[in-house]
Amino acid sequence: MSTFDETTGQVAPVAPIHQRGRGYDGHWALVWQKFLRHRLGVAGGIVVILAYIVALVPEFLAPVTLEAYNPSYSYAPPQAIQWGRDDGEGWRFLPHVNAYKTEIDYNSGRRLFVADPDAVIPIGLFVQGERYNLLGFIPTDLHLFGPVEVGQPFFVAGADRLGRDILSRTIYGTRISMTIGLIGVALSLLFGILIGGISGLFGGVVDNLIQRFIEFIQSVPAIPLWIGLAAAIPQSVPPLQVYFLITIILSVLGWTSLARVVRGRFLAMRSEDFVKAARLDGCGPVRIIFRHMLPSFLSHIIATVSLAIPGMILAETALSYLGIGLRTPIVSWGVLLQEAQNVRTIASAPWLLLPGGAVVIAVLALNFLGDGLRDAADPYSD
Amino acid sequence: MGSFMLRRIIYVIPALIAVSLISFLVIAIPPGDFVTRTAELRAAQGDIMPIAEQEAMRRAYGLDLPIMVQYWNWISGVVLRGDFGYSFSFNLPVKDVIWPRLGLTVVLSVASLLFIWVVAIPIGIYSAVRRYSAGDYVATFLGFLGLAIPNFLLALAVMYVAFAWFGMNVGGLFSPEYLEAPWSWDRVLDLLNHLWLPMIVLGTAGTASVIRVIRANLMDELHKPYVTAARAKGKGEFGLLMKYPVRHALNPFVSGQNDIFVEIVSGGTIVAIVMGLQTTGPLLLDSLRTQDMYMAASFILMLSVLVVVGTLLSDLLLAWLDPRIRYQQG
Amino acid sequence: MDNLVEIRGLRITFAGAVDVVTGLDLDIPAGKTLCLVGESGCGKSVTAKAILQVIDHPGRVSGGAINLRQANGDVLDIAATRPTSPVMRHVRGADIAMIHQEPMSFLSPLYTIGNQISEALTLHRKVSEKEARAEGIKMLEQVGMPDPERRYDSYTFQLSGGQRQRAMIAMALINQPRLLIADEPTTALDVTTQANILDLLAQLQRDSGMAVLFITHDLGVVAEIADEVAVMYLGKIVERGPVKEVLENPRHPYTRGLLASMPRLDGDFKAPLKAIPGMVPPPALRPTGCSFHPRCEWAVAGFCNTISVLETELGNDHMVACHAYGPQAGRIDRSAARATAAVAAIEKREESAEPLLSVRDLHKHFPIRAGFFQRQTGAVRAVNDISLDIYPGETLGLVGESGCGKSTLGQTIVGLHRADSGAIRFADGSHEPVDLLTARGATAKRLRTDIRMIFQDPTGSLNPRMRVRDIIGEVLQVNSRYSAGEIEARVQVLLSRVGLSPDYAERYPHAFSGGQRQRIAIARALASDPRLVIADEAVSALDVSVQTQIINMMKSLQAEMGLTYLFVSHDLGVIANISDRVAVMYAGRIVEIGSTEAIFRNPRHPYTEALLAAIPGRGVGKSTDRIRLGGHVPDPSRQVAGCAFADRCQYAQPACRAVMPPLDGTPDHRFACIRADELRLRTVTGKPEMVDA
Repeated sequence: MSTFDETTGQVAPVAPIHQRGRGYDGHWALVWQKFLRHRLGVAGGIVVILAYIVALVPEFLAPVTLEAYNPSYSYAPPQAIQWGRDDGEGWRFLPHVNAYKTEIDYNSGRRLFVADPDAVIPIGLFVQGERYNLLGFIPTDLHLFGPVEVGQPFFVAGADRLGRDILSRTIYGTRISMTIGLIGVALSLLFGILIGGISGLFGGVVDNLIQRFIEFIQSVPAIPLWIGLAAAIPQSVPPLQVYFLITIILSVLGWTSLARVVRGRFLAMRSEDFVKAARLDGCGPVRIIFRHMLPSFLSHIIATVSLAIPGMILAETALSYLGIGLRTPIVSWGVLLQEAQNVRTIASAPWLLLPGGAVVIAVLALNFLGDGLRDAADPYSD
Repeated sequence: MGSFMLRRIIYVIPALIAVSLISFLVIAIPPGDFVTRTAELRAAQGDIMPIAEQEAMRRAYGLDLPIMVQYWNWISGVVLRGDFGYSFSFNLPVKDVIWPRLGLTVVLSVASLLFIWVVAIPIGIYSAVRRYSAGDYVATFLGFLGLAIPNFLLALAVMYVAFAWFGMNVGGLFSPEYLEAPWSWDRVLDLLNHLWLPMIVLGTAGTASVIRVIRANLMDELHKPYVTAARAKGKGEFGLLMKYPVRHALNPFVSGQNDIFVEIVSGGTIVAIVMGLQTTGPLLLDSLRTQDMYMAASFILMLSVLVVVGTLLSDLLLAWLDPRIRYQQG
Repeated sequence: MDNLVEIRGLRITFAGAVDVVTGLDLDIPAGKTLCLVGESGCGKSVTAKAILQVIDHPGRVSGGAINLRQANGDVLDIAATRPTSPVMRHVRGADIAMIHQEPMSFLSPLYTIGNQISEALTLHRKVSEKEARAEGIKMLEQVGMPDPERRYDSYTFQLSGGQRQRAMIAMALINQPRLLIADEPTTALDVTTQANILDLLAQLQRDSGMAVLFITHDLGVVAEIADEVAVMYLGKIVERGPVKEVLENPRHPYTRGLLASMPRLDGDFKAPLKAIPGMVPPPALRPTGCSFHPRCEWAVAGFCNTISVLETELGNDHMVACHAYGPQAGRIDRSAARATAAVAAIEKREESAEPLLSVRDLHKHFPIRAGFFQRQTGAVRAVNDISLDIYPGETLGLVGESGCGKSTLGQTIVGLHRADSGAIRFADGSHEPVDLLTARGATAKRLRTDIRMIFQDPTGSLNPRMRVRDIIGEVLQVNSRYSAGEIEARVQVLLSRVGLSPDYAERYPHAFSGGQRQRIAIARALASDPRLVIADEAVSALDVSVQTQIINMMKSLQAEMGLTYLFVSHDLGVIANISDRVAVMYAGRIVEIGSTEAIFRNPRHPYTEALLAAIPGRGVGKSTDRIRLGGHVPDPSRQVAGCAFADRCQYAQPACRAVMPPLDGTPDHRFACIRADELRLRTVTGKPEMVDA
């Protein structure tokens, strides 16, 4: 490759374009390419997407609806799914679970469930079950999987005290738990960008005041304060309002770190030469912020946001577990974990901790995703 | 240095005032008070409390005064006489309830912090120096796991394992026979015997984040020019590692300890509730539920004071460690 | 000859794949100073680090030998010694010590310099803490650190750049090593400080008899300090010999190119410089055959690009690695030179011309704020009562040490800072003259397109999120009523004007090298057909050959487009080459202003004299009565009554400190020194000269 160089009057070899994409790729393309090389981040991203799909259509994915309960299956243990059956004429493909029969344990005097190998409950994909509205407006009775015959006991992850299917409830819980993080972070982001932007843009005394204020908020222990605020919500408040109040409580403390990121970026960006050059080009403040500054740290903000969501999920779970966060009939992972209040209950029905597993997976995936995004946010280094 | 310390200490005063105000207002502003909560509870038992009686009770407790007057009475008592007000539900002065609990909270928090340091610093250094080794991957993975498991879930899991596999009923900070006993050497040993499990539970998340912080900071420092310069002087690799990169990575680490400490105090509340520890957590929750105002406010206040003092200490430590802070701001 | 170190076939590999140094042979003679010269990316620093086995991961020595003759006569092959072995540790610091370019980052800010100096001592000798301290202070004294007792307990951030470098030299020399490796030790310093450090190194070398391997890209520095020179290109030595031989009788086309692209301060300053075309390719794309052939004016196709070169001894210890001197020298025509594109003669400004820009009594102070409420506690007087004129079509060079306010002046003119007081009158002939400081609305808009700026850092000044097309076209989009198509076409023209292919418009800045990015930045500055361009250290971040390319391009663009430049630089050579007139700034004021000839050949201000004296390699006798500036630019927040330079001036008298000297002289040559008439100052060539009319 060469080009005509007027200054030397010669055809000079041009530096080969050695970077990725030969220079035609823009910022987001480079971010994307760098993110794809972060394998854990990609895996986390896939899990997060799956989790939000679950949050979108839990009615379809769960074998039964939230209303289903059957006290006679109180604390029924998980059933094992079996793929086939030997009915005397050889092995035959027949996915099924076994029904329960009860025995009395004479040592403890407690009722025990054991699988009854003779009582077969066939299961299948896309079975008909209880009716519901898909996405809230498409009436259907199709479920991804479940017992072929409606109403037969089907507890692959066990049942709780009232004989409700833990798996179905955990799937439903995804909706609240995954969105409370999103909404909480969206609120935090709003505060964060607004206050951080003001701090970074004005500087001086305003900046100093805001910074001291943020330092102060960050030094207040969050959970006692959250508990205090959450406990102040009267019992009489309807569940939906509780949901929004809790997100507000979580973002009251959550915005500070975002505000710091935004401010730091604003300050760093203000002295960048290319921003000065844009000023000299005659760009007004609005054009500078939206065309030159914001795109430059948008990717950093996205990464920070994705790292802030897990904290919100963990906080909601903890508050709900203590009984001062969300309450039934709202179903979140934290609300479900309330069932596991003491060691004896857990010891006899460890499957009650399943929603906790969902929390761990979601938080891990979001952390991996956030890490990948943070590394990719600045594709020009390395 | 002296003026820096002085200024830093003076900065604490407005922070403490703000903290006390927030602690009080969070409790006092929301509708309802101890009296309405008592009336609700009694109503639930079929015992309707007459309005006149409620008003009388309110007057007796001083709950009919304007909020700022209540605040002033409370905080002036705290500052001047060490009097944190009266606990309605315990029928005791708050200070009689709060001090032993607070003492144990400090013990547990500091123990967890030490646990984090002892475990995380060596692992973090190892991870950074032997980057992409099997050990590094294991540490990184465990670190992520530690971040992702909520404290209370870990507490539940640990208690479940102890109960189901070892038949131990863990929980609390004392065996029953020492619960009300006066302090003695045996009681201290009993405390230590019970302390380690909550300490580990509480320290896990912090350990995970400290490993990450140390690893990231140290990796930045390992190839800094001054390391090359020191190597070119003929310094041995281990001494070199300790004197330069580790020492440099210590500064961001120390300034991050404040957040870790906040997390410990904060997370300690929930772990204590789950594990039934005799620290501030369970009582705080109870007092919030019963709207035992002075008790709840005092707990939040003292936890915040604990954190403010922790921040002060970490800032002073940082100034002691970093001459740039000492000389340029002092 | 007695060699201290003999390097044979050294090979350094990065990330297991790319050879940065390929079979390097180099002898470091005992007791002499060997300069290793080349542009960045040639592998100079990594070669130096290899001698100490301190190459950073992922690089490593992958072949060859580095034979060190030890004090007892034994020979140690460093390349075959494990980097972490005790033997290697003993060599480092004791036998071979190193100083670096950026003492700020090569010294730890967390320990006192005394701690780090005495550490070097205690690592190799058993001494008590007290003795170590005494030795350290003695060493600091030897390297000319002022107040060594107190400085011993200072931290790096409490020292000036020159003092830091002295501390680092003290640290390196405390064990009296037999070889000192100095890796660009003066590049980050001001020219006056550089001169002091070079003097110090030369003196220490003479006193101790150690060998010095001095790495630099600056041939001026080479002339100043070297006994022998080795020129390096892409991991190989291409020419070496005694300094006089190599500089006066260069053989290799690369050496000749480097010399030709260096602005000369004897003879005609403004003689066009000859640039080496292109740039050093990354090692992964090393050309076949002679790796210099794509940039070589003698290169013969089918020969230079296929057959690798051998070293040829020319006698007088002069070695060159070029086919033109090899066994088949006949195939190469050494007189084949590229025609230097004639830089169009710049029309002399008419004597009567009205200034394009007149600055009058300009002040720009930066408040120093402190405390929670940001009260103003003082002010940095960055631009302090400056008046100057810039005439249409000329280049005014603005020169001074760092911190003298020259960049602030440029930025204030262009509008990045708001001036505190004064006036800047802009008269382009076709419009009514306007004051830049009060212009608003449409006038301000027009001024933005008429006065443009080029920044120093070509990486930071281009928005990495925008395509080249949008970067260059932005000023047109914002200020003019051009259609998208017109802007597009204009960008294409501009790109080919600055020597880039028009189809680069669709790419992002990250695809380009530093020099190419600076060309893009220049295209942006020129997009709006400006009258005045302010170039703020526009070539300082670039390598020598690229720097010359850009200077030549700016000159020819000036001729084509009738541009006027305000060229801010700390590099006197560059200033001399490009400027018609020069203004010298010190502590926020202009101390001397006049034609380039007058400033360089007849300086009237002692500060100008000192600056000129500090330029390395002017062929002046090495030690005779040279002028060296001690101290540094005074704290700009301190208000001084008299001449700000008095504290550093060798001619200062009490009167100098009493009154502020006015900027006097002839309209063509003004200077601010009350003793100007009695002093006979030395010129750039070192001789007192009076040619003033």
